[in-house]
Amino acid sequence: MHFFSWLQYDFMKYAFLAILVITPLFGLMGTMIVNRKMAFFSDALGHSALTGIAVGVVLGVNNTNVSMVIFAVIFALLLNFINSRVLSATDTVISVFSSCSIALGLAILSQGGNFSRYSSILVGDILSITPEEIAYLLVILVITLVFWVFGFNKLLAVSLNRTLAKSLHISVGWMENLFAVLTALIVMVSIRWVGILIINALLILPAASARNISENMREYHFFAILFSVFSGILGLIISYFVNVATGPIIVILASIIYFATYFWGSRFNG
Amino acid sequence: MNISEVLICYIGQTLILGIEERRIYLKKIIVPCGLHCIKINHLGVALGGQEVLKDINLHIHCGSLNVVIGRNGAGKSTLIRAILGDISHTGNIEFKDRENGRIQKLKIGYVPQSLNVEKQTPVSVYDMMASYQSNVPVFLMRGKKIRREIKEHLKLFEAEYLIDKQVCNLSGGEQQRVLLSMALMNSPNLLLLDEPVSGIDKNGMELFYRTIYQLKNHYDLAIILISHDLDYVRQYADKVILLDRGVLKQGNAREVFQSPEFAQVFESRKEEK
Repeated sequence: MHFFSWLQYDFMKYAFLAILVITPLFGLMGTMIVNRKMAFFSDALGHSALTGIAVGVVLGVNNTNVSMVIFAVIFALLLNFINSRVLSATDTVISVFSSCSIALGLAILSQGGNFSRYSSILVGDILSITPEEIAYLLVILVITLVFWVFGFNKLLAVSLNRTLAKSLHISVGWMENLFAVLTALIVMVSIRWVGILIINALLILPAASARNISENMREYHFFAILFSVFSGILGLIISYFVNVATGPIIVILASIIYFATYFWGSRFNG
Repeated sequence: MNISEVLICYIGQTLILGIEERRIYLKKIIVPCGLHCIKINHLGVALGGQEVLKDINLHIHCGSLNVVIGRNGAGKSTLIRAILGDISHTGNIEFKDRENGRIQKLKIGYVPQSLNVEKQTPVSVYDMMASYQSNVPVFLMRGKKIRREIKEHLKLFEAEYLIDKQVCNLSGGEQQRVLLSMALMNSPNLLLLDEPVSGIDKNGMELFYRTIYQLKNHYDLAIILISHDLDYVRQYADKVILLDRGVLKQGNAREVFQSPEFAQVFESRKEEK
């Protein structure tokens, strides 16, 4: 059994390419999601995918991807708006919306006992990705990179202190909404391949691990992307040889990295 | 106190003063001209249908230290946020060059009460200051020019050694100095400080007030400071503003401290305790 034998299959090649695009994207995005303490937010977004599909089914839309993305963007903006208005705890508000939306989605999709048709979206299947879909992911990656180069400083400034950012004429509302919409887009475009149940783990874990050992933003991004890409590629290879679903293996690897960095960090970084 | 103690105390003070003088002289000194003024006319704020501030009229001169005092919930922070434009308000704020009456754009420097950084947040002082002041993406690289600029400003408060430290590991006093340097980076006409003295010990407080005092003497700016420590207010403030939803009393420290309004606000607070 040759080590690179897995590359002889097309579906493995595509999956490999997809992981090369998705993992840096998730590593990058995760840094800001963790900084802004939005882990709950991205989780809720993932759950809203089901509702988006359900809405598409009810409206009779052919391509449920479209309804899913549109619903997620509206959902993200709504969450942001409510966050800025309601003073009660953010995590509570998000939980309420998240559970409400997932219940709605499940109710509609399970009508007539047909839910099994949609259950693949819960776990995701990166092996079924096509070149065209990889191209979509690539477009999102490029958009994110551009946004990061031009907007990252402002996003960071807003996350450190909103009033201070406002006093320096940074458009706080715009930045927050753009970031929410971008997060929604990324989650929706990749959810079929990654799965609702573990998408948040892939967003949060690399950044959380990098946080354990980084002292500034450059280290933080470098390690987050490194951990993300590393666990992605290794996870794919392992899953091929042991014949287990890819997503969970990647998450297990990312978790191991998290614990390793946690102990490393508490030992050497005080 | 015997003579040697007095002597040590004296030497200590001149040392501290020496350091501060040097600190300020590192930067080009602009002597306050006294010709600018900031006028706040009929400012009012309503939050959720409730009138939090009403009819605030203030006249602030450059080169003056204006201290806002008042009980908790009197609207002190709201006033600062309204001046910053963070919350909407009625009335207007004018910035005038008294020489020719020209109305200019007012540049405001703001020193927040605290930062949203938890333990282990991988944001260095450089990252923070560059993110507010520069377009060089901090996640990608370090800009040489902006780094030099940041260092120069940190030097004003003897904080240049903090540039690569994590913001979450700074002490209260260090954080304060960093935030002050940052506020001065775009040479503001008005500096707003929101209760900056919390989390600083007695020595730090003394140093803080001295720094502010030097600052207003050597820069062309006006300062509005929210404070709780009436002893320092008495010592350093040029103008004291007693606030409780409106301006109860304003004037120099003695005028305000001896007014019946002051007694009412602060005596009743003592009774509560």
